[in-house]
Order: sequence, then structure tokens, then C-alpha cells
Amino acid sequence: MNDLHHKWRKAKSAAISGLCFVCGVIVILPLALILFHLVRQGWSSLDLSFFTHLPKPAGESGGGMANAIVGSLVLLGLAVLIGVPVGVLGGVYLSEFGSIRLNWCVRFAADILNGTPSIVWGIVVWALVVVPMKGFSAYAGGLALGFMMIPLVVRATEEMLALVPNTYREGALALGIPKWKSVLHIILKIAGKGIITGVLLACARVMGETAPLLFTAFGNRFWNHNLSEPIAALPLQIFSYAIGPYDDWHRQAWAGALVLIVVALAINAGVRIITRGNVPSTTK
Amino acid sequence: MNASASSQAHAPGKIALSPPSRAGDAAFKFLTWCMAMMIFVLVAVVGWELFAGAAPALKAFGWRFLVRSDWNPVSSDFGALPFIFGTFVSSLLGLAIALPLSLATAVYLTELAPGWVRQPAISLVEMLAAVPSVILGLWGIFVMVPWLRDHLFKSLQKHLGFLPLFQGHIYGVCVLSAAIIIAIMIVPIITSISREVFRAVPETQREAAFALGATRWEVTRLAVLSSSRRGIFGAAMLGLGRALGETMAVTMVIGNRPEISASLFAPGYTLASAIANEFSEATGDIYLSALFELGLALLLVTIIINILAHVLIGAVGREKHG
Amino acid sequence: MTNQSQMPSVKPQGPGPAPDPQPQRPPVGPSVTFDIQRLNVWFAAHQVLEDISMQVPPRAVTAIIGPSGCGKSTFLRSLNRMHDLVPIARVEGRITLFGEDLYAPQIDPTVVRRRVGMVFQKSNPFPTMSIADNVTVGLKLNGVRQKAVLRERLERTLRMAALWDEVKDRLHANALSLSGGQQQRLCIARALAIEPEVLLMDEPASALDPLATAKIEELIRELKKQFTIVIVTHNMQQASRVSDLTAFFYLGKLIEFGNTNKLFTNPANKQTEDYVTGRFG
Repeated sequence: MNDLHHKWRKAKSAAISGLCFVCGVIVILPLALILFHLVRQGWSSLDLSFFTHLPKPAGESGGGMANAIVGSLVLLGLAVLIGVPVGVLGGVYLSEFGSIRLNWCVRFAADILNGTPSIVWGIVVWALVVVPMKGFSAYAGGLALGFMMIPLVVRATEEMLALVPNTYREGALALGIPKWKSVLHIILKIAGKGIITGVLLACARVMGETAPLLFTAFGNRFWNHNLSEPIAALPLQIFSYAIGPYDDWHRQAWAGALVLIVVALAINAGVRIITRGNVPSTTK
Repeated sequence: MNASASSQAHAPGKIALSPPSRAGDAAFKFLTWCMAMMIFVLVAVVGWELFAGAAPALKAFGWRFLVRSDWNPVSSDFGALPFIFGTFVSSLLGLAIALPLSLATAVYLTELAPGWVRQPAISLVEMLAAVPSVILGLWGIFVMVPWLRDHLFKSLQKHLGFLPLFQGHIYGVCVLSAAIIIAIMIVPIITSISREVFRAVPETQREAAFALGATRWEVTRLAVLSSSRRGIFGAAMLGLGRALGETMAVTMVIGNRPEISASLFAPGYTLASAIANEFSEATGDIYLSALFELGLALLLVTIIINILAHVLIGAVGREKHG
Repeated sequence: MTNQSQMPSVKPQGPGPAPDPQPQRPPVGPSVTFDIQRLNVWFAAHQVLEDISMQVPPRAVTAIIGPSGCGKSTFLRSLNRMHDLVPIARVEGRITLFGEDLYAPQIDPTVVRRRVGMVFQKSNPFPTMSIADNVTVGLKLNGVRQKAVLRERLERTLRMAALWDEVKDRLHANALSLSGGQQQRLCIARALAIEPEVLLMDEPASALDPLATAKIEELIRELKKQFTIVIVTHNMQQASRVSDLTAFFYLGKLIEFGNTNKLFTNPANKQTEDYVTGRFG
């Protein structure tokens, strides 16, 4: 009787282990399906004209997403210009000068910002920049993305600097150099790889965002010639094509999505391979 | 300090080092302090702009805004109830779908997976988190929703159609589709946090259970899951917080109709989707202000959920990282 | 090498009333590197050093010995104002370096640390830098830019640290590619590069094997011809091998200070004798 009961417990354990494995497969399944469909629907549309041509007028087939791809890069550049200096230097303060109480407050506030829905960032920057400027612009879009990057980079920087052993700080100061030089030239270099990892992951995240750009960068069917004008972005273009009425637009949306996901996954995978999985936990 | 006088007793031909100045340290500390304070400035900016934008609507409708169901831009009649309903139903349902899957996956990754499977599997789950919302939405509209409409939803209505949940015309785009898409999006974060919670359980707990002759599952249930309740709840809250803010993928599969219905197959509308769809076309100050009020409501709910999540997980995190 | 005529006389501080603080001492010249008067150090409310008074002579090795927790490292770090980095630390008393007050309010601790170098217990070469960069980083960040000067200084200090022959062909290799003993000698070279007048060493060989330790000790014997060296060690045999003067600390107090040979063979204080003969430790 005991033996039978034991066999039943073991069988139950094995069954549940199997169930957990199945759940794991179910969880990864969408990723596989998405990649499969992106390649199937989008690959054939990825020709040179896709990367070099502007969108054709509504209803006409053909054309490309060159302006959207370039636009995304421009917006990313603006975001990095805002997000990285503020984020890294802010993280430096927390790690090298901060107090326990202040750091807790900043971390708490940064977590609130990180949890803010991206659409909220969109309407806030709209009110902050688009309204006074009386128009949509690349500046507004870059600012929205940059604002999103700041709390991510601050947390990642603080985390990576905290991993630098104190003995290096002491060793640097024992050479008779002022603290600011020791931080900028020695300590930041030691934490450098980790910080760059955090910045890259923040870039990958911000590059795929659509909602903050809806009312800031707004999108543009032509080249942007002036940063105070609306600018196209890849996620925006994918969205407007996907919900649009034309099949040709849908085809291009798949192609654009394939480009976007390849870039996002390449950065994520590349970063994780190089760091062997040791990424700042706050960028997950 | 006079460096030259006493150095004469030692190495001759001493090279000149740059004269020190304490101003450098003070300036650097101030600069980095300003950058760190930007975080607080950003919080203030977000709060201020939302309140300022929502002020006219707040004045016009007051708290009734949250419980009225009309959404009529023409007559300037705005009530947020359909959106609040849609947001919560889709998010909570999404959480209900995601939570068991995430926990099972986390159990598998922490307790059961063989060593060589672990890291690649973890990376795969984290890759899912890297998929942009709009791409998930694209796949949702053209692949997932048609399949659900023609297969899963049909059979659900056939077999469970006596429940009001599964009645009504099946469009494909609906609250249930939004819930499924949300589930796909929040599984990675819940799995990731749950994994950390499980890893925080000391190995000695598991060993003690094994020593009592427990099977693998019993060890997991007794030693790991029962002591991780708080952390699991926190992970779920974090997932919920993420779910509430999801915009693009949800907008593309939820149907965008401001209705409250008992059926899961009915199209719905969330706070985020409403803002995304209607902001550009909002005419009139009250219309715009109403949308800002939606944003404010969304932000407040998200903040509360996230704080709750951090309080629950914070204890776990602090113990682990010391 | 000890020069008896330069040795100030020090009374053994056993149990009993503390000696007179003697605030009106005659001014000290280059025959004394550090003049420490009534040094007291607290970490928050906990007093770590009590009433330490001693004089450290130049061109000699002064060893600080004592059981764990007796305040040796704390004492060493007071000499280059490392406690400034610890918010809860409080330092009282007077320490002069060649007659100048180290803790006077107008003194910049950065300048103190240029003159008083430090080598740490666990070698800490900067991990992202090459061997050459590690040695010259102190000079570069202190404003020395001319490549010729840096090159010359690099070779000179690596020779002083007895490391030149082992690394001269791979100066641009990462510093962590060296062995433990070599890394410590690299840290010594790094400290020497900015031409300090004093070298403080906090248990420099405790993490090294006997062969590497012997090399470090020989290095110390060479270096003392030019520098004042203060070394903290928990290894009594090392202290007796390497130092000219030894100070024995116990529970935050200076128990005895004097000629190394005398302290080890014929200590004046019973506690010292108990420690050096191994009755406690």
C-alpha cells in the first residue's frame, strides 16, 4: 500500500515536471511564431528599394521606409544625447556621493518613472514641447525617448558602479589625485563595460517604442530636413501601415517589423552573449 | 602645504605635478547632484503636465468622471468608466493567463531544467521581453486574432456559450484577444522576478525536504513555493503594472469600442488605447482635457500597483543583495 | 640600518599614568619624518586608537605589529589622511610630516597623498589598464603629459620595484596577466611613480607565497635607502627581518616602540614579551 502511494507521488511529480516543461514551451512559442511570421511575410519585401525609397502616395504600391529608418536613428541619437549624460552622471552621484536615504528616494522615483506608461510620456512631452513650439518635431520625439532613457541609465549606472570594489577607489585616491579625476578616469572605466551594456539595452528598448512618438515626432511621409519638424520613425510607420486599409501597406509593415525586430534582438542577444548573461537587472 | 621645502631633502629634479585645487571636486559633486535631481524634476514635470492638462475636465466633471459611461465628443460628455473597465478586465485576465504559465516556467527554469538548458532558455524568455509592442500588435492583428476567431473562440462559444462570458458576435478583436496579447507581453517579467524569488530560497530548505523523502514536486511545493508567496504576489503586481500601461499591441487587437459588456468576445477600450487613438483628433479643450484625465487616472493606478509590487518584492531583494 | 644617535628615546607605555604630552617640544627637522602626538581615532562612538605618540625616522623601515584589531591599519591610514574618506571616522591629535601639520585646515588631503604613498594588502592594479598605464596613471592624472618623462619614469620605477626585467617586453599587456607577487610589485611601482617621500605598506605580502614575499622584502630593504617606509604586518618574523624600528600596538594603544632587535630579544614591556614569544596572538 505504501509502495503504491509512493509510486503515485513519484508519478505525480513527474507529471507536474512535464507540465512545467510544457508551460515553458508555451511561453516561448509566441516568440517563435512571431519570428516565423515576420520572416515569412516580410522577408520578400526587403529589397534595396525598401531601404532607400520614400513611401509612395496612399493607394500606390511600392516605395520604402528609408525615411522611417533614418528617422529612428535620428531620434535615437537625440535620446542618447539627453539620456546618457544625465543618466550616467546621475548614477555617478548616487554611487560616489550619495547617502543611503537620498539614494533610496532617487531609486524609488526612478522606478516610478520606469513604470510610467509610455503613452503618458507622449502626452506630457506634447504639452511640454509640442504646444509651445506649435508643432510636432524631432526634438519632441527625441526628448520623449530621452526622458524614458534617463531612469533606466541612472539605475544601470548605479548598479554597475556599486560592483566596483572599494579597493580601486582607495588605490586611486592614494595616488594623490582628486576624487573627480579618480571617478572619471579610473572608476568609470572599470565599470565601463557594464554601463555600456545598460545603455545599449535602454537604446534597444527605446528604439521600439511607438506610443511616446505618436504626438511628438508624429511621423512624416517625406524626409525630415529640420529637427523642429515632424519626423518619421520605424515603429510609427509600422503602426500606421498595419492599421491602414491597403494590403501593400500591410506588406510593408511586415517588412519594417522584420527590420526592427532584427535590430532589437541583435542588440539584446549580442549584449547578453558578450556579458555572458550579466546584465544590469534594472534593464530587464 | 609647502611641497618644495621638504622635498629638497629627497629626490633631486622632482617633476612638477599640477597644482591641486579643491574646486574640481566641489564642481563635480554639484554637477552630478544636478543630474541625479533630474529624476525628481522629471517626476514633477509628469505630474504637473498631467494635472494641468486634466484640470478643465476635473473642474467640469469632478469624480463622476470615473463612473460615467458616456463618451461623446460631440456633446462633450465624457465618462471614463468604459475605459477603466476595459483596462482592468483585459489586464486582470491577462494576468490570470500569464501567472500560472510564468510560475510554471520559473519553477522549470530554477528547479527542474538541466544545467545546459537553463541559460539558453532564460535568454529566450528575456528575448520575448525585447519584442516591441507594435510588432506584437502587428502579429496580433494579422495572425493571432484571425486564428483565435476561427478556432479557439468558436469552440469556446460552442462548448461554453451558456455563460454570458462567451456569448455575442465574435469579431476577433475583443477584450479576450487583448488579454492574451497582454499575457504574452508580461510573462517575461513575471518569470524573471519569480525566478529571483525562487533562487532566494536557501538551498538548505530544499535539502531538508529531500531528506524527508519528498519527491521533486513536493520539495518545490513545500520548500520553494510556500515560502515565496509574498514574492510571487509582488511579481504578479509588477506584471499587472506593466499590463496596465500597454498601449500599442492592445490598441491593435481590442476593437476600440467604448462599451461595457459581459462578453469576453465584445470589443473594448482601454485608457491607454483611448488616448492613443483620439488624442490627435481631439477638438476642443474639454475633449483634450478629458484625455489628459484618462492619462492621469492611468498613471495613478500604475504607480499604486508598482509601489505595492516593490513593497512586496523589496523585502526579497534586500535579503538577497544585502 | 639604524643610527643610534638619531633615535629619539621613547618610554615604554605600560599600565600606569600616561606620560606628559610635552606640548613645547623643540621643532623637529629632517631627522624625523612623522611626529605623531597624542593621536586618537574614533569610528562613530568606538575608539580605535588611544593616545598614540611616536616619531618615525627617515630612510628606515618602521614596522607596526600587534594582534588583529589592535589598530595597526587605522594608524597607518592616519598618516595619509585616508580616514577623510570615511564619514564616521574622527581623528584627533597632531601628526606632522617633516615639521608640517598634516591635518591643518588649509591642507589639501590630495597633496598629502602625493607625498605619502600607500600600498594595500591585496594588490589592486586597475583592471582595465595595461602595466605601463597602471604605473603612469598617477603621473598623468596629476598633470604630467610629456611622453619622454612618462617613459623615463615608467622604466625607472619598474626597475626600483624589481619588475622591469620581467615585464619590459609586455608593457602593454593587461595588468591582471601578472602573478600575485608581480601585481603587488606593480602597485609599489605605481605608488613610487609620483615620487612620494614616504611609502606606507599595509601587510603588503600577506596574500603572497614565500618566494614572492621574499622578493617584496628584498625590495623594501632597497627602497629604504631613499624613502621612509612604514609597514604594517601581522607576521613577526617579517618585522624582525625587514625593519629597523618596531612599534607594538595592543587594543588601540602603543605599548612599546624601539629598535627592532631590542624589542624582539629583550622587550622592556611584559605584554610585548608575551606577544613576541607567542603567548598570545
